[in-house]
Amino acid sequence: MNIDAIKNGYVIDHISAGRGMELYTLLGLDRLDCSVAIIKNAQSAKYGRKDIIKIDGEKDVNLDLIGYFDPNITINVIRDGECISKGRPELPKRLVGVLTCKNPRCITTTEQELPQIFKLTDRETREYRCIYCETKAPAAGKSNG
Amino acid sequence: MRSLISIEELSRDEIDSLIATANDIIENPKKYGELCRGKKLATLFYEPSTRTRLSFEAAMYELGGNVLGFSEAQSSSAAKGESVADTARTVSCYADIIAMRHPKEGAPYVASQHASVPVINAGDGGHNHPTQTLADLCTISREMGRMSDLTIGCCGDLKFGRTVHSLIAAMSRYENVKFVLISPEELRVPSYVRHGILESGGIPYVETRDIREVMGELDILYMTRVQRERFFSEEEYLRLKDSYILTKDKLSGAKDSLCIMHPLPRVNEISVEIDDDPRACYFKQVLYGKYMRMALILMLLGVDA
Repeated sequence: MNIDAIKNGYVIDHISAGRGMELYTLLGLDRLDCSVAIIKNAQSAKYGRKDIIKIDGEKDVNLDLIGYFDPNITINVIRDGECISKGRPELPKRLVGVLTCKNPRCITTTEQELPQIFKLTDRETREYRCIYCETKAPAAGKSNG
Repeated sequence: MRSLISIEELSRDEIDSLIATANDIIENPKKYGELCRGKKLATLFYEPSTRTRLSFEAAMYELGGNVLGFSEAQSSSAAKGESVADTARTVSCYADIIAMRHPKEGAPYVASQHASVPVINAGDGGHNHPTQTLADLCTISREMGRMSDLTIGCCGDLKFGRTVHSLIAAMSRYENVKFVLISPEELRVPSYVRHGILESGGIPYVETRDIREVMGELDILYMTRVQRERFFSEEEYLRLKDSYILTKDKLSGAKDSLCIMHPLPRVNEISVEIDDDPRACYFKQVLYGKYMRMALILMLLGVDA
């Protein structure tokens, strides 16, 4: 299957097979007006199968979220048809509006206009906690519902 | 401008300095009687808490200041649906410092982000209660004469008892402190305390179900309430409840210098026959709590003695 090479944009590679759509939704790629391709179950020498997302446009995408989603993903930045950088994403220090605190005693349950913010509290275990009640977020990459 | 939401925001030096101020207040109360003249403390209590609210109010009055506020959500604008953030902004126009108690965890933090005056967390659900920990630390310092070289027994509900978690976190910063954790299997300390504080900090601790076998080792015994609703079955509760009630009989073999503490209110976990024992420190703890709140108010208002 052929997908056109992109001129300016991003190739998000080495997504665990079957999780491409989840990442597409997390990054809000449905809101972009440029071409976006999700390739499912592509062959990977390293992982056997993988998903890939190609974004054809220099759009404002919050790539930090990818680090939270799966640190093994690689991000290729494409400019004028050339890959100008390739690397693993950093874990974001804060996640704003990504997760919802599930603690029924958290202030966010009664004051719903408060932004849902989680901070990185342990880089090694990739642990995030709600900034209000300090409840631990579900392990990164698992659905928060 | 600084607030106090969690005990972990205070360094060991700052805690030592607050204890030193509390000691000075106890020795020289007159020196402090006018320091907050013209200042107002707002006590915003969204749920009833007689002791904590009265302690804050007494602390401010003893510093020469005034107090305004409410003691339940129904008598506040929260009943009309006002947000914590808006209440904090509004009250900042009337008061110089706020003490907030709220049933929802994180509410005082939200207030501190929007108030233009310092906010003290006076308890947010089962989350943080830093001034209780300050009272506990002052009690240990005054009753034991030291903060290091101590064996601290924590007994009862160590799983949900937030005061125990904060005490362990705060006392782990001092040298040669050992913990003896006495609880039923179901109510052992959570992993964030066992791994996150004790094991990662190399702090020695032992866990046991039997208070009698460790009593003789303890310098401090911090009692908490074992609540019926924490057990999976009524039978389990009935089987275990008496094991965690402190009686004169269980105190046999304890050191003469033992300091018995409790965050209060007590229900039946310390027998009233112990109240007259010189080792019972839980009512002194209440008194020291007031002095520590005075010291904290001075620190956050930037008032020097």
